Amino acid sequence: MIRPVIPLVTAALLFGLGAYGVLRRRNAVLVLMSVELMLNAVNLVLVTGDTMRERVTGQVFALFVIVIAAAEVGVGLALVLRLFRLRQDINIDQVALDDEPRTGPPFAAPALADARSGAAAGAPTLDGEQA
Amino acid sequence: MTLQDVLLSVVGLVAVAGGVAVVTTKQLVRAGLWLVVALGAVAVEFLLLGAEFAAWVQVLIYVGAVVVLLLFAVMLTRAPIGRSSDLDRPALPATLVGAASGLGLAALFVGVFGQFQVPAPAVGTAERIGDSVFGAWVLPFEVLSILLLAALVGAIVLSRPAAPAPQDASADAVAQGSSR
Repeated sequence: MIRPVIPLVTAALLFGLGAYGVLRRRNAVLVLMSVELMLNAVNLVLVTGDTMRERVTGQVFALFVIVIAAAEVGVGLALVLRLFRLRQDINIDQVALDDEPRTGPPFAAPALADARSGAAAGAPTLDGEQA
Repeated sequence: MTLQDVLLSVVGLVAVAGGVAVVTTKQLVRAGLWLVVALGAVAVEFLLLGAEFAAWVQVLIYVGAVVVLLLFAVMLTRAPIGRSSDLDRPALPATLVGAASGLGLAALFVGVFGQFQVPAPAVGTAERIGDSVFGAWVLPFEVLSILLLAALVGAIVLSRPAAPAPQDASADAVAQGSSR
């Protein structure tokens, strides 16, 4: 016999820690790590529910959540790297969404909006010259 | 308290301790390594709960792939080795929300399932999960594969270096559309 309350309480505490980390941390990578903690707590609840009901649906959903977490962390890290390339900093307190990027060597990269308007105005891109 | 209860409690304590270290450490790389401890402990809990397949998927994808990706991000964003001073916001709102959700949920679980006992699960094989995934849940499974593909393409588009020529994916599309 096992008591399912033990993994459930573990999951609740992990979820609380993840929520704390998301709100407390300033570094974008650390925020992503805290999100992973919260997702894992949810997985633990799903698997424990399976044990209580002798089914596998919770495990299937845990697998789905793991896949979604992998996709989320991939896109999230791409966003973090993009942010770092634009601003040389991943402090999420200092992201002003309507701000001009701080460009400077060696990572001088234009903002998305600049590239779009440049292409629309017929800026000499490589493809444009070939055309 | 049976042996499995004791094991679940000990592994749960390890997981929570790892989680505490993740959200409190001052060193970025160590946060990633403590995350390995927490996620590995959760994988051991899966094993103890009879979810063997989920446990190994957890080890492969979380500990293997996600943590490596996070450590790559720490490296690529030139995080300082050693202690960082400006990692944290003021503690009060985060502590309030975290403690309220964590302890509140824990109290709820204790209240509902406090004396509840279930027979120890047999170790589940991948066969039953495979039956379920490719039987009842095959449509969500396929949708999920499309989601993964979309996330992959999105990550590539977002992280393409735009350094020499000021163009991104949409600029490419516009230029190619005008040349045809």
